[in-house]
Amino acid sequence: MSDVVLEVKDLHTYFELEEGTLKAVNGVSFAIKKNRTLGIVGESGCGKSVTAQSIMRITPKKTSSVSGQIMLHHDFGAIDIAQLDEDGDQMRDLRGREIAMIFQEPMTAFSPVHTVGNQIMEALFVHGETDKKTARKRAIALLDEVGIPAPERRIDEYPFQLSGGMRQRSMIAMAIILNPRLLIADEPTTALDVTIQAQILRLMKRLQRDNGMAIMFITHDLGVIANMADDVAVMYLGKIVEFGSLHQIFKEPKHPYTKGLLRSIPKFGETDGKHLATIKGTVPVPLNPPDACPFASRCSEFIPGKCDARMPDAVTISPGHTVNCVLYEPTNIQT
Amino acid sequence: MSETSLLEVRGLTKYFPIEQGLLRRVVGHVRAVDQVSFSINRGRTLGLVGESGSGKTTLGRCVMRAIELTAGEIIFHHQGESTDLAQLSRREMREFRKHLQMIFQDPYSSLDPRKTVFDIVSEPLRINKIASGKALEQRVRKALELVGLDVRYMKRYPHAFSGGQRQRIGIARALSINPQLIICDEAVSALDVSVQAQILNLLKDLQDELGLTYLFIAHDLSVVEHVSNDVAVMYVGKLVEQAPTRLLFSRPRHPYTEALLSAIPRPDPDQPLPESGGVEGELPDPAHPPSGCYFHPRCPYAQQICREEEPPLLEVAPQQVAACHFADELELQGIED
Ligand SMILES: Nc1ncnc2c1ncn2[C@@H]1O[C@H](COP(=O)(O)OP(=O)(O)OP(=O)(O)O)[C@@H](O)[C@H]1O
Ligand SMILES: Nc1ncnc2c1ncn2[C@@H]1O[C@H](COP(=O)(O)OP(=O)(O)OP(=O)(O)O)[C@@H](O)[C@H]1O
Ligand code: SF4
Ligand SMILES: [Mg+2]
Ligand SMILES: [Mg+2]
Repeated sequence: MSDVVLEVKDLHTYFELEEGTLKAVNGVSFAIKKNRTLGIVGESGCGKSVTAQSIMRITPKKTSSVSGQIMLHHDFGAIDIAQLDEDGDQMRDLRGREIAMIFQEPMTAFSPVHTVGNQIMEALFVHGETDKKTARKRAIALLDEVGIPAPERRIDEYPFQLSGGMRQRSMIAMAIILNPRLLIADEPTTALDVTIQAQILRLMKRLQRDNGMAIMFITHDLGVIANMADDVAVMYLGKIVEFGSLHQIFKEPKHPYTKGLLRSIPKFGETDGKHLATIKGTVPVPLNPPDACPFASRCSEFIPGKCDARMPDAVTISPGHTVNCVLYEPTNIQT
Repeated sequence: MSETSLLEVRGLTKYFPIEQGLLRRVVGHVRAVDQVSFSINRGRTLGLVGESGSGKTTLGRCVMRAIELTAGEIIFHHQGESTDLAQLSRREMREFRKHLQMIFQDPYSSLDPRKTVFDIVSEPLRINKIASGKALEQRVRKALELVGLDVRYMKRYPHAFSGGQRQRIGIARALSINPQLIICDEAVSALDVSVQAQILNLLKDLQDELGLTYLFIAHDLSVVEHVSNDVAVMYVGKLVEQAPTRLLFSRPRHPYTEALLSAIPRPDPDQPLPESGGVEGELPDPAHPPSGCYFHPRCPYAQQICREEEPPLLEVAPQQVAACHFADELELQGIED
């Protein structure tokens, strides 16, 4: 039996806009295993959130289209989420029970007019729990587990009565109450102070150790990725341009974008008074993108006629480490 | 020292009243900034850090006199004269404000969408009646060139620009009037790292070229370490430690500084966050701060005296001040490069 929980193959999520087709996710493939954390990193607008929303099937129905495969594996087989009706019973049942999601802003997950406890218990009722007392006990235990002081009192408070850190903890409690096998975390600590962020990161690791869930951790913060991920996908303009283990990505980066990102963050004691390395320009909008390397317009190693001729193939550098860049295509390697 | 210092802040205090009921009776005060003193030398950068709600923005806005302070002095040394900004009338302050400008975090909301780049950048010059007509256009061009924006964009509106470009527009606006001091309030926090690096380099170049002085407020400690000559740490409205950057990061003397440093996620798998330890809990409500040292409920080193007496801010090493009863005794962890 394999440990793969989710396998995404050639995912495309497009938005039809007046100006043209916006290819937010443009051919993305990866797998996430039980008890492992896949980090997805990249700058604003590169398609991290849309990838997550596509898996949850919560992209806007009218304007977006999702194609490719999103295989959710079970002992008894697999379901292709991309084929499900996003409003159908099956998808609704998967959300929360099999795959749960947490966000940067907990208020998007909570309703302001119900108590935290009622919202957490609601998930239990929807998925078959009938006894109120049992549900309440379970919710209090969970709030305690995620580090909320005096949970038997907090459970009856409204989200606005909690601090930012406490709301984040409550959202995590709500997400894991049904023991999902996959937790998608979209910038869950971006709005928090470093001290609180460290607490939440530690909490997520502990929960994973205890229940073995797979985590897809989305962030633009390379420091957070370095602390959370086992494997890392570097995204740029709707594509994964490099994929590898944490060590491979941070210690042996290959793609010019990955290298550029790592170089442009200030490092302690190194940059004293000196200039930081930069990547020229900014992330463009993927409207009607050409079939080319998505990074071509900003790349310092750009080769005219090659980088802009077609999307570079994935080249395997070493087991588990792939990069999409013409510099590594066998025909272009100069010795 | 004082001949090179540009700004000296002494005992700066800002209380916000807490009002309740229909009659808006004042039932208490939020001590957003409490007896803060520091100085910044000309051409240098003072970094200001602390958790959300610790009073950084309020401090910056008080220095600008964008809000009225409760108490304190804001001495600005300029052309051989010393002016206490806290004593200026509103009209005098308006006149004086050309010497200090502020850049904000959000390049999206801080620029008026109905104004062109020219209107936005020229506004401080027009308000202060410093230039008009051809001279005005000349100054705007100069400011745009300084921040690396194409002058052909002058007639465009902010929505046509990326986040990094908008932040450049904000900087050009602040620069147009030739200020001495720029208060950067989370000026690069919303930017992508590659663009953040561009803007940090730009701020550095401008400082070298124009001799600018910065008060640099940010929550990202690696950014603060990169840009600052000195760093001040705030906790619940109070300054708890200040030191030259290297010293503060390598040998912190306040347990709160240690806690902040130990929580920074390093972009290096060989330097993971500690599995345990670290500071627990959250910032207390500044309307009801704890007794004694405000940090004592979260402090791993707290003793009885910490609950009872407020520690004074004392010099603990040359150029390093800290407000902790045990600043001299504790061997706190800094960051190794
Ligand atoms: N509902 C939508 N309709 C149209 N375009 C969208 C929609 N949601 C996202 N996009 C576009 O899709 C692209 C990818 O957006 P996405 O939110 O996935 O980026 P991200 O990597 O999560 O960025 P950030 O770090 O800023 O959160 C962007 O160009 C964005 O403008
Ligand atoms: N206009 C106001 N009226 C009442 N209280 C205020 C006002 N502005 C700020 N405060 C309070 O003063 C304290 C300090 O706020 P401030 O915005 O200065 O913090 P900060 O350090 O800049 O935080 P952040 O990192 O979140 O920007 C907070 O408790 C805040 O709620
Ligand atoms: S004074 Fe006491 S409580 Fe405050 S930081 Fe020092 S040791 Fe900790
Ligand atoms: Mg996002
Ligand atoms: Mg602030």
